[in-house]
Amino acid sequence: MLYAILCYAHEETVFAWSKEEEDAVMAKLIEVQTPYAQAGKLGPVGRLMPTTAATTVRKGREEPLVLDGPFAETKEVLLGFYTLEAETLEEAVAFSKKLSAVNPGSSSYEIRPFYVFHPGEMKHSETKT
Amino acid sequence: MTDIAWIELALTAARPQALGALLRYFRDLDTAEEAFQEACLRAIRTWPDKGPPRDPTAWLIFVGRNSGIDAVRKRSRNDPLPEEEAFSDLSDAETDIADRLDNSNYRDDILRLMFICCHPDLPATQQIALALRIVSGLSVAQIARAFLVGDSAMEQRITRAKARVAKAGVPFETPGAAERSERLGIVSAMIYLVFNEGYSAGITNPDSAAFCDEAIRLGRLLLRIFPGEPEIMGLLALMLLQHSRAGTRIDAQGQIVLLEDQDRSRWDRKLINEALALLDKAIRHRRPGPYQVQAAISALHARAATPKDTDWQEITMLYGLLEHIQPSPVVTLNKAVAVSKLEGPEAALAMIAPLAEKLDGYFYFHGVKGGLMLQAGQKSEARQAFDRAIALANSPAECAHIRMQIDKLGAVTPPAV
Repeated sequence: MLYAILCYAHEETVFAWSKEEEDAVMAKLIEVQTPYAQAGKLGPVGRLMPTTAATTVRKGREEPLVLDGPFAETKEVLLGFYTLEAETLEEAVAFSKKLSAVNPGSSSYEIRPFYVFHPGEMKHSETKT
Repeated sequence: MTDIAWIELALTAARPQALGALLRYFRDLDTAEEAFQEACLRAIRTWPDKGPPRDPTAWLIFVGRNSGIDAVRKRSRNDPLPEEEAFSDLSDAETDIADRLDNSNYRDDILRLMFICCHPDLPATQQIALALRIVSGLSVAQIARAFLVGDSAMEQRITRAKARVAKAGVPFETPGAAERSERLGIVSAMIYLVFNEGYSAGITNPDSAAFCDEAIRLGRLLLRIFPGEPEIMGLLALMLLQHSRAGTRIDAQGQIVLLEDQDRSRWDRKLINEALALLDKAIRHRRPGPYQVQAAISALHARAATPKDTDWQEITMLYGLLEHIQPSPVVTLNKAVAVSKLEGPEAALAMIAPLAEKLDGYFYFHGVKGGLMLQAGQKSEARQAFDRAIALANSPAECAHIRMQIDKLGAVTPPAV
């Protein structure tokens, strides 16, 4: 089974970390990941930039709406994720609009830039839909 | 990270929102600050045992409000004090209050808290000190160290600034759209002042260097509550870009390292990438402003792998745009530097000649002028400009940097006949 493990935390607190605190936490996180990566069990790991860097594409009445900021509704839940290498935000917005167009119902796409924490390589990625 | 360290971070993070809400309740800064302080003490007492609440900010507002009311009553000595038990167990109340707190008030609370620190009667340094004390919650001692003054002098300065703010009256009515946008502009300028204080004084004083991080934190906070404002995106991007070079601006001997001589591999890519993402977002709005343009210029430097790859054409164009939006001789001076890269020092010298009177007391003007004259081979004129720059230098590092230029001059000057 493939699992997506999503990290939730209090943003204001995390971004109040000093450089030293940040480095210490990251070192510990890497220590935890390393054996899993070496066993070929770990896929791509990303660290999301602050929500202030996010843009959200939401289904509008006609055209999809492009909004600044993270996805903030509580009714919808996270159903999946894509990682895309795009030249510009425009390109990511266009991709999300296309996804939104073919996805029935009220789907939203939060576009959040991230850093690659671990490129990932899974040995047995047999779980496909 | 220990529990206490985590709690302190959570309290710092919650401060602007919680204190802003308490200020709205009590309409008095001192009462609000005391109430917040009391709530923090209770948090430090109860969180390690009970675990942190789900919404620390709502908890602090709730507890702060109760203890503030308590304090006001104590002062008036009218009503008996409520039983401690009445508000010591907050597990249910907390969930409740989190739902009841009106989210739309939050952003105006935070904006108001920042805005009262920007009173026009207060000189820039006092605005910075007040914002760091009130909004960021830095201790008086921390701020005093950064400004190289004694604790009691800083305490006095802050007390006086607060009295000034109180006398002027805090605007409590919900601002209209025009007023809100005016406040945003003023608050943005204050945040940039905090950043610049850290950026310039931080060269020699590590206590001020921390201001840069603090300003970035405030910028992120402001953008989180006003997510659709391209100028705040620009301001945050600008600060992130400038801060990305913090480790390379000064060498081990404390000497200034110019942009073109910095080790670009040591620029903080993480900050740069965040800034580029923000600029991308801002550009979508097609509402350029001074922060966005300055950030765009800074981004062109960040994007150039080596100084040779710098897109001076685009930078000159952007300085032209900045001159148009916000005309200033300093902007023209910067544009001249970009022009010198494209057309040589003579063209740039011709551009800055009309600025001589306005910028006569400005260190960078004489530094740049000397540098351009040196390039153009006008050695004795360059020497004069450098001498003038040294007389105007703001720090030993600036002074040393110009001396280095003068040394270069000496090396190429043939011995006097």
